[in-house]
Amino acid sequence: MSLPAIRRASGTARPLAGDDIDTDRIIPARFLVSVTFDGLGAHAFEDDRKAAKARGEVHPFDDARFSGASLLLVNRNFGCGSSREHAPQALLRGGIKAVVGESYSEIFFGNSVAIGLPCVTLPHEAMAALQKLVARDPARMLALDLETRTLAAGEAAFEVAMPENARQAFLSGHWDGTSMLLDRFEAVEELARRLPYVAGFPPTA
Amino acid sequence: MGRSLLSKVWDLHAVRMLPTGQTQLFVGLHLVHEVTSPQAFAMLRENGWKVAFPSRTVATVDHIIPTLSLARPFADAQAEEMLVSLQRNCRDFGVPLYDLGAPEQGIVHVVGPELGFTQPGMTIACGDSHTSTHGAFGALAFGIGTSQVRDVLASQCLAMDPMRLRRVDVTGRLAPGVYAKDVILAIIHALGVKGGVGYAYEYGGEAVDAMSMDERMTLCNMSIEGGARAGYVNPDATTFAYLKGRPAAPRGDAWDRAVAWWSSMASEADASYDDRVTLDGAALEPHVTWGINPSQSAGISGRVPKAADAGPEGRAQIAEALEYMGFAGGEAIAGTKIDVAFIGSCTNGRLSDLREAARVVKGRKVAKGVKALAVPGSNAVRAAAEKEGLDAVFRDAGFEWRGAGCSMCLAMNPDRLEGRQVCASSSNRNFKGRQGSPTGRTLLMSPAMVAAAAVAGEVADVRALLGGTR
Repeated sequence: MSLPAIRRASGTARPLAGDDIDTDRIIPARFLVSVTFDGLGAHAFEDDRKAAKARGEVHPFDDARFSGASLLLVNRNFGCGSSREHAPQALLRGGIKAVVGESYSEIFFGNSVAIGLPCVTLPHEAMAALQKLVARDPARMLALDLETRTLAAGEAAFEVAMPENARQAFLSGHWDGTSMLLDRFEAVEELARRLPYVAGFPPTA
Repeated sequence: MGRSLLSKVWDLHAVRMLPTGQTQLFVGLHLVHEVTSPQAFAMLRENGWKVAFPSRTVATVDHIIPTLSLARPFADAQAEEMLVSLQRNCRDFGVPLYDLGAPEQGIVHVVGPELGFTQPGMTIACGDSHTSTHGAFGALAFGIGTSQVRDVLASQCLAMDPMRLRRVDVTGRLAPGVYAKDVILAIIHALGVKGGVGYAYEYGGEAVDAMSMDERMTLCNMSIEGGARAGYVNPDATTFAYLKGRPAAPRGDAWDRAVAWWSSMASEADASYDDRVTLDGAALEPHVTWGINPSQSAGISGRVPKAADAGPEGRAQIAEALEYMGFAGGEAIAGTKIDVAFIGSCTNGRLSDLREAARVVKGRKVAKGVKALAVPGSNAVRAAAEKEGLDAVFRDAGFEWRGAGCSMCLAMNPDRLEGRQVCASSSNRNFKGRQGSPTGRTLLMSPAMVAAAAVAGEVADVRALLGGTR
């Protein structure tokens, strides 16, 4: 399976403030009752959006100022909770091409890499500054460059981080890893034969 | 320095270093269910791949099951399609399936151990974050997403980054009425929901040594709620006694060799850890969550915090939780009125959970206006519970006795909260909307505490109802 390299993501951004935003909030479980990921984009944050509306507020995903955003700006431990890949799928299918945040849950991060959605990190102060900047100027164009590890926002520029193996996976187009894992299948079979529980705990020679 | 179980299991299953710098890790047991697998099987078909090790793969159906009636087709056409899809995928790819109606069917994290598939020293993966449950047996078990489900189906391997290891010692003996659920809620309260990110947790100490396998499963199950993708307990005599005679467990001479090998996989006494944490188990009281993530809990004698009590960093989060939950802040957690009581889930849907809850409700009645559900985690748990008459105890008290499945833990089947209902729940997540109503409210606690809340109509200290010892 040959995949395109992912080096850059650019566009306007949508700030979404708050720590520990779980995947049940990103995509409520009722939308998982399906055998495909189709149509998830429209339902991202559906219950949070309704709740905001009921309070007379506008959720960032309904805020016209941020419509068409390609980058999502989040805080700490984004995507905690359930392992559902439907969460990054909902973001990707809703037009998000990259996530910039303070930190991510491990499973969410791995799922995002696997579907080609880069998630980079910024320190707390820089994130606060960036979210403020975008809230003030929603039309501001942002450009994320994984090669140079930078996020340009007009005259402002931020240094972003990403674990090196994930970064290399995006840059080389190896972010979808099955082919790589099948590459030396004879080694997998050999390892399996050596595992006592696979072999049925035979008497040792 | 001696070696830890984590490092032994990791090294034994490492196929090679990948060009990305990650480790290609062999998965000894792949558990599959209907929610996170259909897209993965579709990707296998698109690429012309087969399932690499069908004999290391086991499937069942759990999340979407209507626990009131198994009549087909399901009322929810999409749920029906998911089941049909799982059946077709398992048939086409040669994966063993414990299907709807089979005596072995149930929640994947209940069924794997029950049938003896889950064993010490294994790597175990499943497209479900609560796969950490299986760590109770001394396995390295963790949740994966759908693309990784595809990877494991096609290659039996995952590309993994190393995990750091935190030893969590729970000292002393738990008091009567205090359970593994209270221990894990207290750990998550102490370390926070992101405290475990990047770590596997190794649980030990006197309180953990004394736990049954059901309790160890509850403990490991919620590791992920503290951010740790995996959590485990070193295998010991309790583990082996549980496994002996299970359908997929080794037998005959192989059993003795298995026990010897399993024992050799345990962490050595002088194993090195990246971090150590100690919790005084003897001092714990029953815990109840008051907020919208599992770290937001208090002891039953405690109070819901006020936002103003927190530092500037935590204030907004507490305020958000209080607003959602309808707490003013500062009130006692005991006495919180409930509308629904739910006993079940992969966290607390096992036989001993039902027994402890039944002890509480026996001879008592569910409070007026409270809807109470007892949902066994598997058909085998249900049958065993019925054999000892627990179903009658629950029914007599006014509980509904349901079929096996994930039920009201999450909103993928007809069991859901309505409106702003407050649910005393033995499940694992109190996230906003988790139990199916976007405004529904969840209070996490042990099954015995749920039983106490059900009869009191409000959050109550189960210790007052138990009398005597455990």
